[in-house]
Amino acid sequence: MAEWTDRGVALGLRRFGETQAILDVFTRNRGRARGLVHGGASRKRRSVLQPGNTLQLVWRARLADDLGHFAQAEPETERSARHLMDSLALSALTSVASLLNDALPEGEAKPGLFDATETLLDVLGDVDVWPALFVRWELGLLTALGYGLDLSRCALSGATDGLTHVSPRSGRAVRADAAAEWLDRLLPLPGFLVSNAASADGEAVGQGFRLTGWFLERRLFGDLNKPVPEPRDLMIDRLERAGRLSFPAGADSPDEE
Amino acid sequence: MTHRSAGPEILRLIDLLAKLPGLGPRSARRAALHLLKRPDQLLTPLAAALADAAEKVVACRECGNFDTVDPCSICTAAGRDDAVICAVEQVGDLWAMERSGVFRGRYHVLGGVLSALDGVGPDDLNLSGLIARALRPEVREVILALNATVEGQTTVHYIADRLAGVDVVVTRLAHGVPVGGELDHLDDGTIAAAMASRR
Repeated sequence: MAEWTDRGVALGLRRFGETQAILDVFTRNRGRARGLVHGGASRKRRSVLQPGNTLQLVWRARLADDLGHFAQAEPETERSARHLMDSLALSALTSVASLLNDALPEGEAKPGLFDATETLLDVLGDVDVWPALFVRWELGLLTALGYGLDLSRCALSGATDGLTHVSPRSGRAVRADAAAEWLDRLLPLPGFLVSNAASADGEAVGQGFRLTGWFLERRLFGDLNKPVPEPRDLMIDRLERAGRLSFPAGADSPDEE
Repeated sequence: MTHRSAGPEILRLIDLLAKLPGLGPRSARRAALHLLKRPDQLLTPLAAALADAAEKVVACRECGNFDTVDPCSICTAAGRDDAVICAVEQVGDLWAMERSGVFRGRYHVLGGVLSALDGVGPDDLNLSGLIARALRPEVREVILALNATVEGQTTVHYIADRLAGVDVVVTRLAHGVPVGGELDHLDDGTIAAAMASRR
């Protein structure tokens, strides 16, 4: 008999038969996991197992590779119900769940990403804060899955300050003065990603989503042969319409070549 | 009775009954036996009713409800309020609303909710029909009566966005303490939703 106990954020719940449900979770010490929940289709259980909630889990199976079932899935932090009426927060919550569900491999622990995910989910009630944090979280997601950007120094001059752009090919930061002749082929790097003192206004957040979106689409999900989950586009569209981010006119993504 | 002791017609009946909600192989065998013992009172009338339904029941082209006429009897009923459309996820939800007897407008069945997990996007739902109906001059309100789940409410926000440019009031069902519910036994999420929707 295989068994483990862990904390996990619910990512998705789908009905299985009359009374059961299959629950996808992102656990702190075992990464993405899945299991059957007996009675998971009931109204009472479903409210607890909604995406975004943190659960105390006990998973059991005859063999470790079996689907297994959650012998316990008790709520620790119920976040989803708080955001049902808030379209911006709900779109962010859905984006987090679908990005993790589609990108994470099963059974690989990512404790740093788990902690960052909980932090992000906990601030979804504050729209002044979470869009910029969401961009940082996406950078963390890329890093955790081996697609991290190097924003520590300029790839051309070695300077650690004044970084303004990122190469779409290498994912390394550069300074505008060192890469002047290639600027139109580079992705703008918003200051708040390299300095806590920099402003995370709507334009900077827009640049941030454009930067992470490029690497999510071309690198991470490109290698997985999947599209970036649609909820992310809906969230960005909703933020833009709410005036929470903006994209400069003509700011199309650069060609890879 | 085991499968081996029955003829192919009975086995087929059991197999088909076992596919119905709430029935497994064991209960399907019991139901089949019950039908076979009462051919005149149950089996033959049920077969006729099923054949009749298969022949005559269609999805309403206006709202998506099941009926033997198209448009359905709710869409054509006189005395219902054309100014209010109640959008629901499934036909079962429409029936639940009708059982309550509190709504006298028209319905629209979406056929599901947005779900990234199940790959259900806006194009998979009957949204264009709802928007086309909302554009009619007599329509003043669209009620989004979807489940209080992340997927249900994500769909509510999406539809509200799509209807933003249409001259209708978009409302949704309240969330909170159910009738007969005791606070002590409610989950944190329901209490939080009830507090947020207090008046």
